[in-house]
Amino acid sequence: MDSALFGKLTVSAIPFDNAIVMWTVGVALTMGAVILGLVTYYGKWSYLWKEWLTSVDHKRIGVMYVILALVMLLRGFADAIMMRAQQAVAEGPSQGYLPPYHYDQIFSAHGTIMIIFVAMPFFIGLMNIAVPLQIGARDVAFPFMNAISLWLTVISAALVMVSLGVGDFSHAGWTGYPPLSESQYSPGPGVDYWIWSLQLGGIGTLMTGINFFVTIVKMRAPGMTYMKMPVFTWAIFVTTALIMMAFPVLTVTLGLLTLDRYLGMHFFTNNLGGNLMMFPNLFWIWGHPEVYIVILPAFGMFSEVVATFSQKRLFGYHSMIYASIAIGVLSFAVWLHHFFTMGAGADVNAFFGIATMIIAVPTGVKIFNWLFTMYRGRVQFTTPVLWTLAFIVTFTIGGMTGVLMSVPAADFVLHNSEFLVAHFHNMLIPGALFGYFAGYAYWFPKAFGFRLDEKWGKRAFWAWAIGFLVAFMPLYALGFMGMPRRLSHYDNPAWQPYLEVAAAGAAIIFVGIVCQVMQLIVSIKNRAALRDVTGDPWNGHTLEWAVASPPPFYNFAEIPVVHDLDAFTDMKEKGIAYQRPAKYRDIHMPRNTPAGFIIGMFAFSFGFAMIWYIWWLALASAFGMLITLIVRSLNDNVDYYVPAAEVERIENEHHRQMADAGATGVNAEPAPYFAHQV
Amino acid sequence: MQPHAHADASGASHGTLKSYLTGFVLSIILTVIPFGLVMSGALPAGWILVGIFLAAIVQILVHMHYFLHLDTSSEQRWNVMAMAYTVLIIATLVGGSIWIMYNTRIRMMDASLMAGTPAAPAATAAAASRDMAGMDAR
Repeated sequence: MDSALFGKLTVSAIPFDNAIVMWTVGVALTMGAVILGLVTYYGKWSYLWKEWLTSVDHKRIGVMYVILALVMLLRGFADAIMMRAQQAVAEGPSQGYLPPYHYDQIFSAHGTIMIIFVAMPFFIGLMNIAVPLQIGARDVAFPFMNAISLWLTVISAALVMVSLGVGDFSHAGWTGYPPLSESQYSPGPGVDYWIWSLQLGGIGTLMTGINFFVTIVKMRAPGMTYMKMPVFTWAIFVTTALIMMAFPVLTVTLGLLTLDRYLGMHFFTNNLGGNLMMFPNLFWIWGHPEVYIVILPAFGMFSEVVATFSQKRLFGYHSMIYASIAIGVLSFAVWLHHFFTMGAGADVNAFFGIATMIIAVPTGVKIFNWLFTMYRGRVQFTTPVLWTLAFIVTFTIGGMTGVLMSVPAADFVLHNSEFLVAHFHNMLIPGALFGYFAGYAYWFPKAFGFRLDEKWGKRAFWAWAIGFLVAFMPLYALGFMGMPRRLSHYDNPAWQPYLEVAAAGAAIIFVGIVCQVMQLIVSIKNRAALRDVTGDPWNGHTLEWAVASPPPFYNFAEIPVVHDLDAFTDMKEKGIAYQRPAKYRDIHMPRNTPAGFIIGMFAFSFGFAMIWYIWWLALASAFGMLITLIVRSLNDNVDYYVPAAEVERIENEHHRQMADAGATGVNAEPAPYFAHQV
Repeated sequence: MQPHAHADASGASHGTLKSYLTGFVLSIILTVIPFGLVMSGALPAGWILVGIFLAAIVQILVHMHYFLHLDTSSEQRWNVMAMAYTVLIIATLVGGSIWIMYNTRIRMMDASLMAGTPAAPAATAAAASRDMAGMDAR
């Protein structure tokens, strides 16, 4: 029945009869064609290949991660607004415009995309840009592996996008519970798209976790002890530990489901000794730490933003670190709260309910630390600070609804209702996304050498913050009214007004996204006026602000020596911030390589081949990955030395620019920075 | 990335022939013990199980010390802490999973647990049915 050449793939896999899908595919293809056309028109292919696609520079890789996240945010938001529109109209006699099967794919894709292809690449991108700079390193520990991680993530996102036009996506929700996700109930390629995009992207993330953990342990500047590490780096440190512990569980769980689907095994089936309850158990052993994996980095970003824009040292640095570590341990002890209703006994539910309440404590500690940092500080109400303030207020509400649901008895009522939907969006939008937006505005000048436009940034902020509240507060009420999640149609007219309000909220968020696009366009247009000459636009505390914006590819001409937690502030106060070394030295750097990109392309064809049962292609692609890796491993010419003269030329250029712009090289206003500390 | 830069990058000792041999011999002894226990049948079944578990745990420690070079010296502190964290999390996840799955299974009135194959499970089954009765009453 399957052809040897094309597996299960036939022309009928393309949904020509579905106008909505075809229209979307058309728009996506047109946009892709326009981008490719522009690259060709400006003759940038060579530049793109040499400087970006083959780059192992952590800053470039970080930028590509963030671009991926922003593109996928648009896709995920398109899904969201389709669901809101459907639910706003699909009451009683009206069936809305989305058939149930299509609607189910949309909410599955929305969840998968927002977690795996927006949140993950967004913070991984920002940490790629910031962490090596913060610890005074020239790159990550394994630059080539970093490139592989990036491309595995990109091609996984590409697989999800391909599922739009070729075949369909999973309809089993982003969690993909069996038995629905087993081949008996989902014989099509949809669940396989979900499996392979999560699997390949997850492996990329696992490698990133290892990479950054080693980087932070091994590559800190001299003098930077663990308790002098910037708080964002600490957040990433804990995050990478969580990634290393949690992601292998996802890999195995998806692997077992793959064996069920592809080889007829019975790990999670209903019969023949399978136990479908094991799947939620394993999935959430990964899934709950995953929540903290996306939120801890945002906590780190808020900490940096709050301390910088209050012009103070962060309040309670140590308690912040211990809170992160506590979260790092406790986040592995609460996973059952995702399935209180599965049928475990009172003892089990009570244990996990109490553990869930306890994990709110370290988070609460952090909230107070941010508040006390701002207290009597000189808070500058820049866009990143606004995101932080909105986060503190709304995240606290979301946290309280979470503690409410940690009571198993309450959860039995609220489980899988719109209340839950409201709760986790209330955690993830302010807790993760607002943090990334703050980090995006905060580190943008570092990555590109000019600041983002504040006026459009604030417009985007207000639209997002208000839109978020309007879109999700009604869902709490709907949860109390008994509305379950994931409904494509309902018969209760009392729900409709709330859903209409929620749809209006989504529309307001859309305005926010438009403002963000405008912000980018306006900022690029006015980049001369927004230029960051000194490399320190915010009077920052940490080492990333000690280098030029954008930083030279080797980051630091000379590795700095750290004496204080706020290393760069310390240097500025001692007047040694922009001191040049007596003599520049050769710098040892890794060479760019196309191997990461090539492995990514093979991984894509491997994933696609597995989804469509095209065995020869899967084998060939796996072989291709292996050969590429071996060839690359046999290549000894993977590094080179930047001559001291070249370093000197680049550094002189930076100092000349600073002098031309009238920057003294020492911060103009030393500010009574530590005055509040005594 | 220089050819020699990797040599001492881990900060870990690489062991000597003697330490590897010690580990090897200890591992063999710790493998022979459980085999001997099972084949000789000198102890009651329950005690044989305990013996196998003990030998296995000691062997894990032997591997970690002699082959993975974990010790309490200061260069090794990070490896030891990472190990401790890993053990803690794995214990939580495996122990938790077993607890959860056993619990759900009892409450699904799984025949093998409820009706009670001879001896030991009877007590659990009785406990489970008490639990069930309690649920109904609530």
